[in-house]
Amino acid sequence: MSGTFVGMPAFPKAAHDAVHNPVLRGNLRHATHTIRAKRARAVAELADWAALREAGRRIKDHTLRHLDRYLVQLEESVTAAGGTVHWAADADEANRIVTRLVKETGESEVVKVKSMATQEIGLNEALLDEGIRAYETDLAELIVQLGKDRPSHILVPAIHRNRGEIRDIFRSEMGGWGRPAPEGLTDTPAELAEAARLHLREKFLRAKVGISGANFMVAETGTLVVVESEGNGRMCLTLPETLISVVGIEKVVPTWRDLEVFLQTLPRSSTAERMNPYTSMWTGTTDSETADGPRAFHLVLLDNGRTDTLADQVGRQALRCIRCSACLNVCPVYERAGGHAYGSVYPGPIGAILSPQLRGTASEIDASLPYASSLCGACYEVCPVAIDIPEVLVHLRERVVQGGPAVRQGNRVVLKPAKGHAAERAAMRAARWAFAHPGALRTGQRLASRTRRLHPRTLPGPGRAWSGTRDLPAVPPEPFRDWWQRSRGGKDGVK
Amino acid sequence: MSSRDRVLGRVRRALADVTPDERPYEEAVGRDYLREHGRRTTGQTVELLAENLADYRAIVHRSDAEEMPLLVMRLLAEHGSQEVLVPPGLPPEWMSAADPVRIHDRAASTPQRLDQVDSVVTGCAVAIAETGTIVLDGSPDQGRRRISLIPDHHICVVRIPDQVVSSVPQALERLVPDRPLTWISGPSATSDIELDRVEGVHGPRKLEVILLS
Ligand code: SF4
Repeated sequence: MSGTFVGMPAFPKAAHDAVHNPVLRGNLRHATHTIRAKRARAVAELADWAALREAGRRIKDHTLRHLDRYLVQLEESVTAAGGTVHWAADADEANRIVTRLVKETGESEVVKVKSMATQEIGLNEALLDEGIRAYETDLAELIVQLGKDRPSHILVPAIHRNRGEIRDIFRSEMGGWGRPAPEGLTDTPAELAEAARLHLREKFLRAKVGISGANFMVAETGTLVVVESEGNGRMCLTLPETLISVVGIEKVVPTWRDLEVFLQTLPRSSTAERMNPYTSMWTGTTDSETADGPRAFHLVLLDNGRTDTLADQVGRQALRCIRCSACLNVCPVYERAGGHAYGSVYPGPIGAILSPQLRGTASEIDASLPYASSLCGACYEVCPVAIDIPEVLVHLRERVVQGGPAVRQGNRVVLKPAKGHAAERAAMRAARWAFAHPGALRTGQRLASRTRRLHPRTLPGPGRAWSGTRDLPAVPPEPFRDWWQRSRGGKDGVK
Repeated sequence: MSSRDRVLGRVRRALADVTPDERPYEEAVGRDYLREHGRRTTGQTVELLAENLADYRAIVHRSDAEEMPLLVMRLLAEHGSQEVLVPPGLPPEWMSAADPVRIHDRAASTPQRLDQVDSVVTGCAVAIAETGTIVLDGSPDQGRRRISLIPDHHICVVRIPDQVVSSVPQALERLVPDRPLTWISGPSATSDIELDRVEGVHGPRKLEVILLS
């Protein structure tokens, strides 16, 4: 996977810098706490949340375990509906395919709806190298693009910017990309949104090529689904003559009916809404009689490390992720460090397990990511597809520390242990033992709960360096597992 | 080797641990979640739809066949609309009292042309009470996706109670996947600036829903 930010320091260094930026910390804290509280209310509205979560987990797991079959079926359905399917083993190949497709249209500009997959492969840069300008049209992505910045959150990529900064960026940069910001632009959100509307509308109305990702692809019908709020998605998906969608192979679901699960869990988990303002679904191209939407549709199926992730029996669950970003908003580490510290388009807890799997753990930043967590378990608790992020973190730490077999670019390799991790190695053995012996873990947690009043604010011995830079989390009065068992009767299918 | 074969080969090797006789899809995926949330009479379901639409800042009106033309006329006048887009199969009587010039979406109409139109009036395929969502499927009374997107003001007519369902699962059952579908919940909105919700960046900033009985 390309898209490692060049010269990116390892997580601890990057996080250290971020933690000392009070504006960033303030913006982040406000944002994550706001979404977190709203999300809890939205989820509480559905009495069957646990059952929906379990269904989501099972649909995704089943699909991943038979991924070859569903990908072939998807290819057939999309082709039958008038689309063209392309396969890309890595970022370079995907970029080459998209560049060729754009060039074949004779165009030198494209409009884009926010897509993590295209960020992951560095598509905008690859297009620019070939003289093609890609305009990001999501408001936050526009802020990031105009500010020559990087996204820092899956859902709200400009979460680290406040309104004053956004106004300054619009004033100084919009003119260079098209319609300049209106005279006397203030920093009220409504005026800023209006400026973006005017700036981008000019681009939408003349665009001949649109590029998107997708939230879901239905194997049975060949339908693609894009979930969004602003309408920029609808603009990019329906106005251009050619639409190119770049989608990770893990986004496939078997049947139309499966959408009933994710269209309930995704909006509530991500923006804390009952439903996001706009969802578009399209199946290939429409016939010439209705002529609704692009006349040409290309689907680029992207591997780029996903099959390597699939080969890892513990780590493969990361591919269930539906990119709702709920885990970011509850993560105490993300809240303080910010998204940039993760050095990847996938920040937060999911980034800490996804990036090292997609890219391998050879670089310093990737080797440090599995440690970017306090293992508090909050991410697992909110995840609408029940990805056991702590379990995968521990597994990846072990891999960094001890090395061992893995798959890279489709080939089996044996990883060497990382240097300088001797102390961690011992700690990991202990953690591994505890996770492999759930009984012992539970007993330990109960003991910790009962004695919580006696706990020190810092750790003794070698742990002091760790607790010197952070407050120890308060131990809850009752371990989560016990609370869950007691209040939900273990009915949600949690192991 | 083609990339297709390379990727599929990698997938198959990655799944070497999966036994061929695994449970089929129907068994592997339990469906013990609810088909709808709570028991409601038809009237209560329509009520909930109205509430949830309003909660997401759509403006809700009720009407019957007789009042409908006057209501549409009033809403267009309030918006100051000179031109209104209408899909080919919109019941003509809905627009019988309206003054603005009716514009049809022709193949030759450029998006720039449609951008000069003030309002659009459409029907819908189904409306979901629990989420406050209306779904358009491109039928003749709804038109192409672009007509409900470019104008700043969208008036959408929901026939109650026939077009109203309670939940997302019930809506999907009614919809046909090979039609282009647009699910709309409230007007266009963004929360990208310090998480303050602002109505409308690109889609219609004003959504008015008429519940027609
Ligand atoms: S890991 Fe789970 S909570 Fe985090 S973004 Fe993915 S689906 Fe959402």
